[in-house]
Amino acid sequence: MLDFVSTRRGILKTGGALVVTFALAAKPYSALAQSSAPKKTVASDEVDGFLSIGTDGQVTVYSGKVDLGTGLRTALTQIVAEELDVPIDRVRLIQGDTALTPDQGVTAASLSIQKGGMQIRQAAATARKALAEIAAKRFGVATTELRIEDGMIKGNGMSVSYAGLIGDGTFSLKIDNNAPTKNPATYKVVGKSVARLDIPEKATGRFSFMHDFRVAGMLYGRVVRPLAIGASLESVDESSVSGVPGLLKVVREGNFLGVVATTEWGAIQAARTLKATWSNWEGLPDRAHLWDYVRATRIKSDVVTSNVGDSAKALSDAPKRISATYDFAVQTHGSIGPSCAVVEIKDGRITCWSASQATQSLRRQLAAMMDVPLDDVHCLYIEGSGCYGRNGHEDAAGDAALLSRAMGGRPVRVQWMRADEHGWDPKGPPTLVDLRAGVDAEGRITAWESDFFIPEDGFGPVPLIAATLAAGAPSAPITQPYGHGSPNVMATNSAIPYNLPNIKTVAHLLAETPFRWSWIRSPGRMQNAFANECFVDELAAFIGADPLDLRLGHLKDPRGADLLRRLATLARWKNRPSPRSPAQSDVMVGRGIGFAKDFPSPTYVGAVAEIEVDRRSGEIRVQRFFVVHDCGQIINPDGVRNQIEGNIIQTVSRTLKEEVLFDRSAVTSLHWATYPILTFPEVPDVIIELIDRPTETPSGAGEPAAAVVPAAISNAVFDALGVRLRSVPFTPAKVLAAIEGH
Amino acid sequence: MPTSVSLDVNGRAVTIEVDDPGMPLLYALRDNLELKGPRFGCGLGQCGTCAVLLDGEPVLSCETPLTKVANKKVVTLEGLGSPEQPSPVQRAFIDEQAAQCGYCLNGMIIHATALLAKTKNPTVPEIKKALADNLCRCGTHLRIIRAVQRAARNA
Repeated sequence: MLDFVSTRRGILKTGGALVVTFALAAKPYSALAQSSAPKKTVASDEVDGFLSIGTDGQVTVYSGKVDLGTGLRTALTQIVAEELDVPIDRVRLIQGDTALTPDQGVTAASLSIQKGGMQIRQAAATARKALAEIAAKRFGVATTELRIEDGMIKGNGMSVSYAGLIGDGTFSLKIDNNAPTKNPATYKVVGKSVARLDIPEKATGRFSFMHDFRVAGMLYGRVVRPLAIGASLESVDESSVSGVPGLLKVVREGNFLGVVATTEWGAIQAARTLKATWSNWEGLPDRAHLWDYVRATRIKSDVVTSNVGDSAKALSDAPKRISATYDFAVQTHGSIGPSCAVVEIKDGRITCWSASQATQSLRRQLAAMMDVPLDDVHCLYIEGSGCYGRNGHEDAAGDAALLSRAMGGRPVRVQWMRADEHGWDPKGPPTLVDLRAGVDAEGRITAWESDFFIPEDGFGPVPLIAATLAAGAPSAPITQPYGHGSPNVMATNSAIPYNLPNIKTVAHLLAETPFRWSWIRSPGRMQNAFANECFVDELAAFIGADPLDLRLGHLKDPRGADLLRRLATLARWKNRPSPRSPAQSDVMVGRGIGFAKDFPSPTYVGAVAEIEVDRRSGEIRVQRFFVVHDCGQIINPDGVRNQIEGNIIQTVSRTLKEEVLFDRSAVTSLHWATYPILTFPEVPDVIIELIDRPTETPSGAGEPAAAVVPAAISNAVFDALGVRLRSVPFTPAKVLAAIEGH
Repeated sequence: MPTSVSLDVNGRAVTIEVDDPGMPLLYALRDNLELKGPRFGCGLGQCGTCAVLLDGEPVLSCETPLTKVANKKVVTLEGLGSPEQPSPVQRAFIDEQAAQCGYCLNGMIIHATALLAKTKNPTVPEIKKALADNLCRCGTHLRIIRAVQRAARNA
């Protein structure tokens, strides 16, 4: 008879049916049994990649997706606790450690639950099934007669703990995609607003952010960036810093310049004082003519993102046509805490601690830059300040690696100053969208065409600043190669969710863009949904239809239609066309809608903005947002609400205020006074209705809500004033110009 | 030339050695005393995340030189309470789940504590005004306002 023997080498072995033998366990590991613990697998198709259970019953989850301040740690903990039926406090999470966690890709695009969480859920389901089968055999009953609670399997009057079955052993099981997951109707933990695990420590100063991380013998580094983005370093006057206490070294490699000191304040003073001469470089476009520049940029290739019917013919046949152009400014990530990393090099092996959203690709980039084998680089994630895309963490890691190498491998901590962050993090690219539509004599929309002008390449690793600068040649940030083979993230949401007889949407991939660019919250999704959802509104006004009604009329998808109806109720939407009747007071109010069925996360979100706009000053005040959100199964309702609130508020900020300023050489908006963001007195109320569909797969929460904000505000301003804002940010100057030109 | 500087931090008298007595308090707290509450955000007095209480008044430690804190009492986020025994304001932030990344929480809680010490039942506009110079990028403002209201109710 087969039985399971719990030992430190205990192994569950399957080949379709479960087969467990001690002999099998002993055989492959007999050599390892004498050595120290075998290397943990990071295979993403192995249960052991994601899970282990200790002799104390502690469940350890190894997640390649990391908590960027979104509450992911708590949500993943809930998923595993639920699937394994263990208390939450018996689950701990290790995230983003390239030696321990499977490569689940970049933590981005609100996919951490939808993709990462579901991989982990399936690993837990496979583990549960295997443990149950062992117990069933031991108890001499069918698995259907077992009960599992609190990490104990019970049946036939007997019970055994997970720890008793597997404690510290390996499962040695492929993840079984057919292993049954729990019936959502029986959920006790998933779907509940479990309190965030990290907040008590964060509210009391006990939590260790990346910025608090220290290793023995650590030195402090700061970088000195070129005065112009593509400038060459001509000379450095080291005598200018000879008196700075604590300074150990001025490090120069090509155009990379940095300082290392025994104290942080010493490093800051040295970086501030150091005299360096840089060549002139004026390779940025004239900001006053940015959109001419984008339009004139060479197109490398076109991608047709949707094509229905014959839009060209339908458009030329249409008795009435409208067209419009929308643009969206260059923006910065603006994390409140700057990028920070520590790198140490010991015996040729590089260890990097950072708050990178992509420790796996960072590892590859560091190996390439430092010219060492991949196996000699170990990247570990430590939570940093909120991260909304690929910001500067990876670059700080690159900086720290060069500085550590210059110091003989001693650990060096690099923290960027505010100007490094605002000036040098990769930017959200300028985006331009042209739209055209045709309407027939009966007021039906017969054709929709759009052109999106976006940077080439999508989701590859963004080049490290340190690698570019150290390479020595005058850098040409405009044409740096990105990773290839990935979908272009900036084309997301270019297709529309509405049924029309003739549609063609085309992404034109541009050979150049002014800055080293990356994804910032809702990349492409936001810019494209802004253009699309405003243009739908333009069509509604053109036809004289209610904007919500028009959307409903062209939406065949029942989940989307259900959401819009709920939104109408929540926002007490009055059926009428925009603009509202012109009562010409100084302060006008308006309401506007935005809707998206989001991709890559199939989340539905609709929002209504209520705004006030002052015709004299041009100032827009967003008073409230109503949001209805359907992301399928909800893991943690309060967590989803928190993400929606955050994404709405952050995007109100981006929509009303944010624009990177620059001259021909460099970014000039280097701090919060020149790149202002929304403050407390300007924050709108956010009223949310969540649609929970426990039997659907969970999809992304967070970024989908951001995507609909700019259009909802623009449409509300149109409702209030009858003028259309087509250029983000909606600054008072642009509002006044729009009123003037009306 | 290292200089000894005496500080009173969270009720404890400490002496640290620094190269520059003009160094901002923030670096003494973080690097010399290894405190984690006060955080570097901008170093320019624009974001509030480095705030501490100096004789009960909120100040920005990134632009407060050590020379200006002699004989004054410094209280940091750690000095207000702990996860086991949070202060009423910290308790309210936990209860309202008023954080996303939590990096700005230090400034929010320090300024809210100072507000509630003077204004027992602040209105929402008063709360917004008191926190107007504290930046939050994650968009947790509404929860933070609710947390301050809750702390006021529970006081």
